[in-house]
Amino acid sequence: MAKPRRVTLSTNPKKEELTELRLGDVVYLDGTIYTAREGVYKRALEEKANFPVDLPHRSAANFHCSPAASMNSDGSFNLGSVTATASFRFSKWIGQWLSQSGAKLIIGKGGMSAEDYKKHFVPNGAIYLTTVGYGTGALLGRGVEKVSGVYWHSELGLAQAMWVIDVKQMGPFMVESDLLGNSLFERENRKIAEGIGKLYEGTKPATLKRYGETDNRSDELI
Amino acid sequence: MIPIDIIQKTAEMLMEKAAIEIPEDYLSGLKRAAKDEDGDLSSFVLEAMLENYEAAKQDRSAMCGDTGTPRWYVKMGNNARIEGGPIALEGALRSATASATKTVPLRPNRVHPLWRTDYDNNVGIGAPEIEYGFEPEGEWIDLITVHKGGLFGTDYRMLFPSDGIEGIKRFYLDSLVAFGKRGLACQPAIIGIGLGGSKDACMVLGKRAACLRIVGDQNPDPKIANLEEEFKELGNSIGMGAMGFVGKSMVIDCNIEVGFCHTGGMQMSVHAFCLSSRRAVARIFPNGEVVYRTDPKWYTPYQRRETVDWQESPEWQSHAG
Repeated sequence: MAKPRRVTLSTNPKKEELTELRLGDVVYLDGTIYTAREGVYKRALEEKANFPVDLPHRSAANFHCSPAASMNSDGSFNLGSVTATASFRFSKWIGQWLSQSGAKLIIGKGGMSAEDYKKHFVPNGAIYLTTVGYGTGALLGRGVEKVSGVYWHSELGLAQAMWVIDVKQMGPFMVESDLLGNSLFERENRKIAEGIGKLYEGTKPATLKRYGETDNRSDELI
Repeated sequence: MIPIDIIQKTAEMLMEKAAIEIPEDYLSGLKRAAKDEDGDLSSFVLEAMLENYEAAKQDRSAMCGDTGTPRWYVKMGNNARIEGGPIALEGALRSATASATKTVPLRPNRVHPLWRTDYDNNVGIGAPEIEYGFEPEGEWIDLITVHKGGLFGTDYRMLFPSDGIEGIKRFYLDSLVAFGKRGLACQPAIIGIGLGGSKDACMVLGKRAACLRIVGDQNPDPKIANLEEEFKELGNSIGMGAMGFVGKSMVIDCNIEVGFCHTGGMQMSVHAFCLSSRRAVARIFPNGEVVYRTDPKWYTPYQRRETVDWQESPEWQSHAG
C-alpha cells in the first residue's frame, strides 16, 4: 500500500510549485490563510464591500471554514478546532471570487465539480485542497500560530466572519484538483461506480417515485 | 430532589466531553476498520482521524471544528424530582449550552433559518432541542448530549409493504452511495435506520438509532439484529471508504429501530453519525452524585414496549415469524 506523498506549500504559492502537485498529495501549509464562505462572498461580490485585507498580497489561500472559536472581553480570540465546510454550495460565487481575490488555493470539504475546476479554477491558476477526514479539526488547530484579525464580525457573526490566521505546518490537506482541472474525487467515483451495479441486483425501484429521481448511481447530488 | 446547580455544571461538562472525547465504542470500531482498510487514500484518512482524536484529548480542543448542533436527551426515573421543576431544568440546559459554546469553544452554528441571526451561543428558537424519556423506576436523571452534524447523510422515504426488505436495502444503499461520495456523510459512520412510525416519528427513530445506541449493540429482535449485521456488511461492500475514496470502511455499525406504522406504509429514514460521533452522558442522583459514561442506554424494554403493559424481557420470538 503506497503512502501519499507529503509536501509543504506556501499560502502564496508560485505557479511552478502548483504544477508539481499530483492528485492525492498530502499538503501542509505555511503562511496566512483566511476564511470566506457565503457571508463574505455575498458581502464582497453582491454588496460590493471592499476586501477588509489586501488580497491576494496578504494571502492567496481561502479556507471554506468557520472555526470553533469565541471572542474574549478584551477583544482577543479563543480559537480551538478548525474544520472545513462543504464547498460545492459556493459554486455560484467561486469564479468571480477567484478572479477578484486572486486566490490560488481554495481549501474546503468535498471539493467542487470538475466543471467548476475547468471553468473557474484553471483560467485563474488555482487548485483545490480538501481537508482530510473530514474531522481533523484538532490537528488543523495545532497549525494555527495566531489569529491576526477577524473582519466583518458585527455584520456576519463569528461563524461567517472573515478570520485571518497565521499558520505553520497546518495540515493535513489533500490535493483534490490540479492545474489542469482534474478531480481526485471524480477519479475515485469512477472507480467505485464500476462495482455498484452488482450491489443493486435483485432490488427494484421504490413503488412511489420522486420528482427528479435518478437511477444512475454514477450521478452525484452536488 | 436533584439540585439544579449540579444539573447545570454537569451539563457544561458534558458539552465539553462530547466535543473533545471520542466515545470508546466508536474508537474501537474505527481502529478495527483502520486495520482492515486496504485502500491507500482511505487508510491515510483513518490514520489521520486516529491521530486527531489523540490531539483533541491532549489539547482539550474539539475533535472537529464543526461542532454540530448540540441537543439534549433527558431521561428520568419515575420518582425523579428536580429542584425548580422542568422549567428550571430547561433553563439550565440552555444556559449550559450557551456557556460551553464560549468556554470549550464550540462553533456557534445555530442561526435563524431565514434571517441568519446568530447569538454566537448555539441557543435560539427551538435550539438546543430537548427530548424526554422516562423509566418506571428510579430517582435519577440522565443527561445525554449529542452534537450531530447538521447537513448531510440523512434521508427519508415513504416505502410500502410491497417494496419489502429489498426496497429497504435499496434505499439504504441509495443513501450511502449518494452521501458517501466525496465523504459528505463523514463516514465511516454509525448508520441509524428508522422503520415505521409516521414521517416525523420515523426520523426520530433513525436519529436515535444512530446517536443513542453504541457500536456493537444489537436490536433485541433477533431478525432485526440479523438485518443490522447484514446491512453493516452490505455498506462495507460498496467499495467506498472514508471521504468517498476507494476502500471498504463505510459503516462502523448499523442500528435499526422500529415503530408501529399505518397498515399501508413502511416509512424509512437513514441517518449517519459521523467520524466524530459526539455523545456524552451523565446520571445525577438526588444526593448530588454524578456518574459519567458514553453509552446513553436509551433503549430499554420500557422504551420499546409493544402493548399497554410491558415486560422486562419480552418474548421476541412470539411475533417475529
